[in-house]
Amino acid sequence: MTAPQIEVFLQTLIAGFLLGGLYALIGIGMTLIMGVMKIINLAHGELMMVSMYIAYWLFTLFGLDPYLSVFVATPVMFFIGVGLQKFLITPVLKVDSILPENQVILTVGIGMVLSSLAMLFFKSDYRSTPVSYATSAWYLGDYWKGSPIELSLSVPWTVSFVFALAITAGLWFFLTKTDTGKSVRATSQDPQAALMMGVNVDRMRMLTFGLGSALVGAAGCLFIPIYYLYPSLGGQFTLIAFVITIIGGLGSTAGAIIGGIILGVFESMTATYIGMGWAPVGRFAVFVAALIFLPGGVASLARKRKLGK
Amino acid sequence: MLEVRNIDVFYGDVQVLWDVSFEVKEGEVLALIGANGAGKSTTLKTISGLLRPKRGEVLFEGSPIHTEDPFRLIEKGIAHVPEARRLFTEMTVEENLDMGSLKGEARKLREKNKDMVFDIFPRLGDRRRQRAGTLSGGEQQMVAIGRGLMAMPKLIMFDEPSLGLAPILVKEIFNVIKRIREEGNTVLLVEQNCKQTLGIADRAYVLETGKITLEGTCASLLNNEHVKKAYLGV
Repeated sequence: MTAPQIEVFLQTLIAGFLLGGLYALIGIGMTLIMGVMKIINLAHGELMMVSMYIAYWLFTLFGLDPYLSVFVATPVMFFIGVGLQKFLITPVLKVDSILPENQVILTVGIGMVLSSLAMLFFKSDYRSTPVSYATSAWYLGDYWKGSPIELSLSVPWTVSFVFALAITAGLWFFLTKTDTGKSVRATSQDPQAALMMGVNVDRMRMLTFGLGSALVGAAGCLFIPIYYLYPSLGGQFTLIAFVITIIGGLGSTAGAIIGGIILGVFESMTATYIGMGWAPVGRFAVFVAALIFLPGGVASLARKRKLGK
Repeated sequence: MLEVRNIDVFYGDVQVLWDVSFEVKEGEVLALIGANGAGKSTTLKTISGLLRPKRGEVLFEGSPIHTEDPFRLIEKGIAHVPEARRLFTEMTVEENLDMGSLKGEARKLREKNKDMVFDIFPRLGDRRRQRAGTLSGGEQQMVAIGRGLMAMPKLIMFDEPSLGLAPILVKEIFNVIKRIREEGNTVLLVEQNCKQTLGIADRAYVLETGKITLEGTCASLLNNEHVKKAYLGV
């Protein structure tokens, strides 16, 4: 490879990683909900869309920087998620014995209502937050004079990535080091045994749906400086989240992080070497490949290695 | 301490327990023995609040618990070491023990109690950071018992702790139950393994197809012709 080719490759890899970090955040939210509730939340992308509108209006009306709106939109989305679980999903859980798919269908409905409401109130216009740093970047050449290759790091992408990392680290700490976090994991592994340990399983379900919504809400705020917003954007991100959880292994948090990065890098590579428009195709190529060659996802590989099989 | 009064329990439309009554007194080991499908686990699940009796009531220290939320029972002092262990297999041994001590006094004394569990089962101490799902069956049973002890319960219920274990491990587990009792705990032990169970229990009830058919001290049951024929194989 010549120097310019290496440059393009590395630049694509960096872009993929940055995108993957955000994808991971979306995927973790979905995988948490899937683990504890055993359902696919098909309103996941729509929840992100709601959060993006929150960030958009905070920026447009009050000039609040999208990165600061993370601290507003995330708690709001948490309570929206708790409310959805408490008032819509829990009542449907009670008729679980009739048709377990009910809850999944319900999330589809929630998603439809959210995107239709957004369409009604905000019209189908494309919106964005024109932040001052939208196109600024850090260049390798500025820091290393005489570098043989030139690489750049987009400021908003990098900041978003760092935020995503920090949130993920915070979540990891919560899930592994606190009693409540352990209770969430215990509930996802064996809800009845968790009950015997004194875990209020219903409350853990609300907390988890709230957390999942908060995580995807945070991702929404991190996406808006680098993305367009329109009411029907959610569906696409629901699919992305779904693909990530399949690659990562259902219900596995670490798997979702790896799945997000894999998907981000793969999309970025497809966009560079095949064509921009092919990125979604690449996404589904990975999806199908994961289903065929690695049905348990990345998590199943890790499990096999630990057992020494 | 625990009083079960005339409970009828159903799975859907199918009745599993008929008018079951018994009592566990403070400081004793009470055994509930019976064959597969006799309703032993159902009885424990009803005490734990996982199943609701259609008729009858369950009293613990004088107050009814069959209407309580199941997650409150551990605070009241009832720990359930369930059938087939039901560990959190993706979590480490230590995390499983943490899950046993979420509430009250047990939470405060968590580290001390962990040392006590590792003292009873030294093997678990060596494997404290290992995922519970990767342990052998016997070790998993030890974690399940340890997890129950972590709650510092007034009453600890064991559901077939010897199930699927090698004889030498069964002996070890029964020795531990004996030790738990000697430390002043009250134990409700559900078993199929009658010989060993009657060896460590004070009193026993025999459960057959959902009904209590016999009760008495272990010595009297060991000499009972029916018990000898049906459960001891002599």
